[in-house]
Amino acid sequence: MKTYYYPGCTLPDKARDFDTSARACCELLGLELEEMERWVCCGSAFKLDHKNIMQHLAPIRNLAEVHKEGGRLMTLCVFCYNSLKRANYAFLAEPDKHEVINDFIESDYDGKVPVVHLLEMLKDEVGFEALAEKVKRPLGGLRVAPFYGCLLLRPQEEIGFEDPENPTVMEKLFEALGAEVVSYPHRLECCGSYLSLKDRDHTTSMVTRVLESAVEAGANAIVTSCPMCNFNFEFFGGELVARDTIHTFYFTELLALALGADRKLCGLEQHETDVDRLIDEALAAPATAAAGSETAGSGTSGARASGDQAPDARNG
Amino acid sequence: MATELNRVERQTPPDDEMVSIFVMGKEYRVPDALTIMKAIEYAGYHFIRGCGCRGGACGACATVYRTADNYRIKVGLACQTLIEPGMHVTQIPFYPANKAIYDVSEAEPTVEEVLKHYPEIARCLCCEVCTRACPQDLEVMYYIQAALRGDVKEVSRLSFECIMCGLCVSRCPAELMHYNVAILCRRLYARYGMKRAEHLANRVREIEEGKFDEELDELVRMDEKDLVRAYESRDFEEA
Repeated sequence: MKTYYYPGCTLPDKARDFDTSARACCELLGLELEEMERWVCCGSAFKLDHKNIMQHLAPIRNLAEVHKEGGRLMTLCVFCYNSLKRANYAFLAEPDKHEVINDFIESDYDGKVPVVHLLEMLKDEVGFEALAEKVKRPLGGLRVAPFYGCLLLRPQEEIGFEDPENPTVMEKLFEALGAEVVSYPHRLECCGSYLSLKDRDHTTSMVTRVLESAVEAGANAIVTSCPMCNFNFEFFGGELVARDTIHTFYFTELLALALGADRKLCGLEQHETDVDRLIDEALAAPATAAAGSETAGSGTSGARASGDQAPDARNG
Repeated sequence: MATELNRVERQTPPDDEMVSIFVMGKEYRVPDALTIMKAIEYAGYHFIRGCGCRGGACGACATVYRTADNYRIKVGLACQTLIEPGMHVTQIPFYPANKAIYDVSEAEPTVEEVLKHYPEIARCLCCEVCTRACPQDLEVMYYIQAALRGDVKEVSRLSFECIMCGLCVSRCPAELMHYNVAILCRRLYARYGMKRAEHLANRVREIEEGKFDEELDELVRMDEKDLVRAYESRDFEEA
């Protein structure tokens, strides 16, 4: 099944690092990806009012566009992922609305275009063991705190690719990349989201709580799959960001780096902190993952550890 | 008086060449094969607005209509669209649209700039009714979507042939003012995105350095006969 890439409004602009690095990752992993020829807004936030069809036209229009070509839709921004996947779910749940929506947008959409996130593909299609073998530059000196936020995994019955209360996908990913994965209690919290537009103080306190918790657990990098989390961490992180104590990355930036992508293709440009120095140090350090990865090439390092390391304790 | 004059000069075609159309709900018998604009004038209306170039270029005569046995709203320029028997026609020469005031030289080609002047574009529902309302067949919804991600180049490409008739504005459930957003983006792209034309800059420099002063002075001194001769023997570029 052909995979169509849906960038959404943020990745071509404010989150170019995410876009550039994800394309590099897919190329190196042999995941064929074609950007949709045309796409519109994802709807931004899923509209809870199922009855208001107008509010669901935007996401459904994108899915109908992929349906025309026959394929599935892959996206990276968790706002897009959440909105598209939930609109699809709502569409399927209300067959009596199909005709009305299809008549209006002039399509024959059936609700069956799969919506996937790159993390899902890494987990289910590439596999972390195979991924570990492709690692060219183990991320030895990085102590990574995965941050899931609110939209990637919830609600479970509609998104459902990981347990939202105890996800492991990013932990396993970074173990496979040879980084040290940091366990800390705030990885499932809210970053403050759009509150940053209205209430800077409150956002600062929410961000600080997450970042401090990660730093206390030893992290020097926090990793997200969300442009909103990323923005809030970098702009409301206060001293922790100003002093380069913790750096914020999209998971794809570090994945591309580990896979040996040209540094220019790893993103790493739109950062508030001096990520270059951190990366240089990280690459110079030996891989820290449990298994003995003697050289950069041997690569199976993290995979062995990742499989059975139960992260139960991580929710605090 | 004007209508009396018209009646005298008008030659009414035979009955089988006349058709019925409805202008703002009232039925008129008009000769077949007229444009909407001519048919409305034939029916006795006199345009003082809502009519401009009569050549399909100015966008002043935006018209909405429906044809018999079709629920679809159709759009066109009255000066370019032929009538159909039984059609309902209304002109919408202007639809209220606020125009932001800005100094392009102080603006930035970013999504923030666009949203500063037209924040309502974030209300776009992607219903695509604007696109269906465009007599120029532009992809209006897609240029609004491009504006929402600050892609002023794409907005310029998609909206280049906009004649600012305003029919998109009249149909939008999110109350956007599409064409004003588009012209802002085209200005931003022209100012910050497009490569400057070198030949133009060179020519301006030549003019400022006085390269053509002598030739111009000579033209000013010519009498009419010489001027006509010079004009007629001017160089033509090959077609």
